[in-house]
Amino acid sequence: MGFQDVHLPRKSARTRNMPAPVKTRKGLDIRLKGGAHGEPHGLTAPERSSIHPTDFHGLIPRMSAKAGTEIQAGGVLFTDKKHPSIKFVSAVSGTVQEPVRGEKRRILRVDVLAGGDGAVKHSALAPETASAEEVRSAMLERGFWPMLRQRPFDVMPSPESQPRDIFVSGFDSAPLAPLAGQVLAGRMDAFRAGLSFLNALLNGGKVQLGVRAGDGTFDGVSEAEITAFDGPHPAGNVGVQIHHVRPMNKGQEVWTVGMQDVANIGEGLTSGEFVAKRTVALTGSRSQPALLQTTIGTPVSHLTADRVLMEDTRIISGNALTGSLRGEDGALGFFDQQVTCLPEGDEPLFFLTKGWLGLGFDKFSASRSFPTWLMPKGKEYDLNTNNNGEERAFVVSGQYDAVFPLDIFPVQLIKSIMVGDIDRMEKLGIYEVAPEDFALCEYVCTSKIAVQDIVRKGLDQMIEEFA
Amino acid sequence: MKALHKLIEERVKPNFTGDGKLKRFWVVFDSLETFLFTPGHTTSKGVHVRDGIDLKRTMFLVIVAMLPALLFGTWNIGHQYYLSLGDITTADAWSAMFLDKILVGAIKVVPLIVVSYATGLGIEFIIAGINGHSINEGFLVSGMLIPLIMPVDVPLWMVAVATAFAVMIAKEVFGGTGMNILNVALTARAFLFFAYPKQMSGEIWIHNVMGSKAAGTLQMADGYTGATALGQLANTVGQPVNGEVSAGVMSMFADGGMFSFMNCFIGTIPGSVAETSALAALIGAALLIWTGIGSWRIISSFIVGGLVMGVIFNALGLNAYMTIGPVHQVVMGGFMFGAVFMATDPVSAAQTNTGKWVYGFLGGLFSIMIRVFNPAYPEGVMMAILFMNVMAPTIDHYVIEGNIRRREKRMTQAAIA
Repeated sequence: MGFQDVHLPRKSARTRNMPAPVKTRKGLDIRLKGGAHGEPHGLTAPERSSIHPTDFHGLIPRMSAKAGTEIQAGGVLFTDKKHPSIKFVSAVSGTVQEPVRGEKRRILRVDVLAGGDGAVKHSALAPETASAEEVRSAMLERGFWPMLRQRPFDVMPSPESQPRDIFVSGFDSAPLAPLAGQVLAGRMDAFRAGLSFLNALLNGGKVQLGVRAGDGTFDGVSEAEITAFDGPHPAGNVGVQIHHVRPMNKGQEVWTVGMQDVANIGEGLTSGEFVAKRTVALTGSRSQPALLQTTIGTPVSHLTADRVLMEDTRIISGNALTGSLRGEDGALGFFDQQVTCLPEGDEPLFFLTKGWLGLGFDKFSASRSFPTWLMPKGKEYDLNTNNNGEERAFVVSGQYDAVFPLDIFPVQLIKSIMVGDIDRMEKLGIYEVAPEDFALCEYVCTSKIAVQDIVRKGLDQMIEEFA
Repeated sequence: MKALHKLIEERVKPNFTGDGKLKRFWVVFDSLETFLFTPGHTTSKGVHVRDGIDLKRTMFLVIVAMLPALLFGTWNIGHQYYLSLGDITTADAWSAMFLDKILVGAIKVVPLIVVSYATGLGIEFIIAGINGHSINEGFLVSGMLIPLIMPVDVPLWMVAVATAFAVMIAKEVFGGTGMNILNVALTARAFLFFAYPKQMSGEIWIHNVMGSKAAGTLQMADGYTGATALGQLANTVGQPVNGEVSAGVMSMFADGGMFSFMNCFIGTIPGSVAETSALAALIGAALLIWTGIGSWRIISSFIVGGLVMGVIFNALGLNAYMTIGPVHQVVMGGFMFGAVFMATDPVSAAQTNTGKWVYGFLGGLFSIMIRVFNPAYPEGVMMAILFMNVMAPTIDHYVIEGNIRRREKRMTQAAIA
């Protein structure tokens, strides 16, 4: 297994500034029912906005704003206990609520009840002339730092670290994810400004932008080095793009930013205010799909109102592979740009009809033992959340490799995590991966193993080891 | 079906939980219930949707792939039996005495299957009950494979002992399904081979040959013998290539002889219950490869390895055995059956794609090599596959080392840059 499935773009093949796309063969496009099409439309302002400290893995928040006090949009809600210079700010003006806590008084969510107006205003920065220190301190102070994530370990970067590169994925290939053109509609200027600010952080380097081959949304963007990708999911995962453009290794650090957040950074730093816009795709077979323009942290009920059949439905903030479960009173995750509404599959299935021996026309399978391969390419499936079997030990081999387009042995890496062999984890490539890269492996797994959870625990072990 | 499920939940289940009288048999109830109904468990952490494939379906398809071999073997047992009695000759149509043949075959095969499953599942239930976990589906396939590689007249108690040994020592001791190093069915066969060598050789490949001999009723047709092809060929080792013994044996392998290429390919020759037919194994292979359950890399490289060894032996030509053409070599004996159903066991085979090529190739190579070089092991496939099972982790180790080196090279290049 090597780089056989990769064609690296050759510099001599540049025509009209577009190098040949990187083709990835491995992966799987899961075609679910309920994709959002059409024009995005704006929602009214939500009645509250929330931040989940749990969205920032490893974060221990220290509350700055007291419950019951008024706060302006952009005002500091809490800081990172380990790095107090990282500020988490409120997206709306209003009243700070008592944080929602879980076991051991861990803060799960901080709500701000919307009301009042006014926003915290800082000085404006110019994208072309801002220096690295200005951008860095502005992002820390004004609440934009949490929009960054780093590899390795898929956590928030520390304020002092300097990355080798910054990668932005310009397309989301997950099931039912919205298109770049849909979520960045009308925001290309802000996006390009954001790229310029991020370039400043790189001291002369350029942000790496991965785009879907054939997508014209980013034509003319000169502030980033663009690589086109052609292949099934997870080609849109930033980890896969890093691996194919400039693979990472031990001792290196790469930052990743979501494309909507690049636009938020661009607009926010030039205007001086905290900008937290999100275009969210409401998707899934239990919903009336729609593209909704709102803010980060909007309540789920605000998005699903009158558009979703709530009974026996699972509401997921994010996509069906990596998203988080939300109840009716939950809120959109910080990094999520879609909400997926799926039917719960909690009915037992008789083996001859819908169970393991049935024909299985209603199931989407990577295996040819199901009729999925016979169906036309455009057919969409109404999948439910049934586990489709019980957890077993690893039996089948080669299954994960078929949907894992990196030069890493996924099963061996997972096994080394399970036994806690740090040395081996390093050697097998733990620095390059995030749990989302294994989401498809978890989907196709015959033995129903909780792969993403294992990978997350492995990453946490590495963080602890090198803390 | 909801009514059935409700009935089970409300009337049957309480006997096995809480204060139920049959609480100690919970494992039995649980496995039967999950057999009938995939539970309504939903995804909890990680992905929210899951592929429809599960281990039960996978195992079921392997059994379906074995059916051609099983059905042909059942017919063949009867066929060889009546040939040995002289009731039919090789000139008769294959459908002559069809029902009688099937009946004889079934009478031999069904008890083997029953004993194999009963012993194996019985032991698994006991161990699962002791450990408090549910039964895994792995034995569904092994339990079917064990009878298929047994000699026809093997005493049932031997099958039971061999199955018990294989399940306990080759599987459960290591942790159950997914943890075994050796192929479970082959371990059962190897156990019998080494523990009862006298009973495992000679003329036990056709039903009741020894009994008829003793009673004096044996009426073998001319040119017919009770030994297998490989058993015959083993007699030529150490003999001059063109000597009388060799010539006599080799005439059986020419076209029209008892062990001609066509006979070996279709499988109308004596042998273990279901391993004689290369054709049936290939039909099974087609199904396994198409559904992606059997590794095409292992199957194809296994066959290629056998062919390569056959060519090498043709070049050496030290005895008559070596002069058998490579294609004829690979359809003889249990080679094809081993290539398709034994070598492809995903748990005991190599697990990296590159490793599978090496594993399969060496397995095929050693099968033919062991057969020809050592008359004491007429069937080399069993030994070769068991040996490769032990070597598979080493093969994977070196493939993964390659990956690790590539990563380290990238790291040092990046450090220099």
